[in-house]
Amino acid sequence: MTEKELAQKSNRYRQNILKYIVKANAGHTGGSLSCIDILNVLYNDIMNVGPANFKSPDRDRYIQSKGHCVEALFVVLADKGFFPESDLDTLCRYRSHYIGHPTKKVNGVEQNTGALGHGLPIAVGTALAGKMDQKDFRVFTLMGDGELPEGSNWEAALTAAHYKLDNLCAVIDKNSLQITGPTAEVCNTDPVDQKFESFGWAVAHIDGHDLNALKTAFAGLPFQKGKPSLIIAHTVKGKGISFMENVLSWHHGVPDKEQYELALKELGV
Amino acid sequence: MASIVAESISGARPNLEVFSATLQQLAATDRDIVVVTSDSRGSGKLVPFGKRFPQQIVEIGIAEQNLVGVSAGLASAGKKTFAVSPACFLTARALEQIKNDVAYSDNPVRLIGISAGVSYGALGSTHHSLHDFAALRAINNLIVAAPADNFETEQAIKQAAAANHPIYLRFGKKNMPLLTTDPDNDFQFGKGRVIVKGRDLTFIATGETVHPALDAAQQLRETHGIESTVISMHTIKPLDTDLLQTTAGNTGAIITVEEHSVFGGLGEACASYLLQNGYTKPFRIVGIPDEYTVTGSQTEIFRHYGISKDGLTATALKLLR
Repeated sequence: MTEKELAQKSNRYRQNILKYIVKANAGHTGGSLSCIDILNVLYNDIMNVGPANFKSPDRDRYIQSKGHCVEALFVVLADKGFFPESDLDTLCRYRSHYIGHPTKKVNGVEQNTGALGHGLPIAVGTALAGKMDQKDFRVFTLMGDGELPEGSNWEAALTAAHYKLDNLCAVIDKNSLQITGPTAEVCNTDPVDQKFESFGWAVAHIDGHDLNALKTAFAGLPFQKGKPSLIIAHTVKGKGISFMENVLSWHHGVPDKEQYELALKELGV
Repeated sequence: MASIVAESISGARPNLEVFSATLQQLAATDRDIVVVTSDSRGSGKLVPFGKRFPQQIVEIGIAEQNLVGVSAGLASAGKKTFAVSPACFLTARALEQIKNDVAYSDNPVRLIGISAGVSYGALGSTHHSLHDFAALRAINNLIVAAPADNFETEQAIKQAAAANHPIYLRFGKKNMPLLTTDPDNDFQFGKGRVIVKGRDLTFIATGETVHPALDAAQQLRETHGIESTVISMHTIKPLDTDLLQTTAGNTGAIITVEEHSVFGGLGEACASYLLQNGYTKPFRIVGIPDEYTVTGSQTEIFRHYGISKDGLTATALKLLR
């Protein structure tokens, strides 16, 4: 997909994230906007997965560890045709499968996530199964920088390197803000690159909103044969909507009518 | 009068050894059988498995959360995964991974809690699992079972391998002679096994406590003329409520026995069902009380809390008085 086409998709996804968060009167706005470009490139340019091959053992897998930003995942899955977009009208409604975290009740979702620090261990196990069966599929997991203090991440980071899982790629959506405040102030995990490198990973930094850079980075996987890859995607929480960018209250803030209209205007609607 | 305790066949082994032998048997013809360990292959009697099937064992190191998360990933990609770790660590430290990554995500991991209950005896409460039934019973989409003897263990492993469903099994370390040699007394998850029948009293026991219940039943018959039913209720969840219902109608009293806290385990599961279904006869839960657990070997701890031939006999006589 061309960069222009991807850019159009990112814009459309941002509109939809806001649309359904407003409709549900709930959601993780800032984080969904920070990771959406990553999901866009993964699903539209990199991963071999779609509704047609979702049951295939050879498909690429995406496991969203930062499950709370499910709105980003849902709008992409709907666009890929996993389910009709109108299903999202039921987001967070009584008896809807479209809840505030990913569940396998929704077509296209690989794992039920939401508790933090769970995506990487599951991704490691899935990648390990691929190696055992000599399959070519790859496993991607998206983590938030705020969830890095969870010890299970570091347990899994050790295992990934120990088993040389170069079919695994973790992406950190490093938007540098979490619910309490700046991640560096809550629990500083930097230099996160050196930490992962010392654990045996190959690490790259990119601008997580530069679609071309994302394409290039993913196309270059694995960064090193025999090592798991980590992409530290430097992002902006609330990206694309000026008054949401880097503003903590948009972690799970829901736009009112006026803010929503203003946001759509900024997106060129 | 014939003994109601099945003759202890020579060569009765710890259930753990049977578990390992059964897994080797399965792995020989099924390359998707994978064992995942947390530096626990020695205590899990899996060293021979590792030597024979080095491509089918995954060592995680001492990291139980990761053990379960990785196992969930393996299972999601089609591996018949057995995650093996001491029950105390597996079901406490990795409880959230069991709840979310295995049960909620419906990844069919076979969780094997080794050296369960107070098998580690004098190593103390850090190494005891007296909470696992209670914690896991409250989690949807998980079978919870404690096979009693070598036969139940072998069957449980084979059926778990075939079931493609999240399951927790726990074993101890003691030699466990067969409860019965009746070839028609088969094993199915969710179906309790009636080992002996008697009209006066029923022992409903699980795991390594079924044997002391059988011993007590024999003593009650020989010394007091009291006839007991003994049920091996290997599956704590789903509970065999059909059997409970039948039992409730045909007995004078019920005693449940388990190597677990008296809170939230087999006893309370039975009590909950029985109370809501019209049972009004005498009932007792025998297990480990809510206190700083006495120190000693498994046998000494059992004896201390009345999980023994004499202890259960005394409880029965008091209940029937």
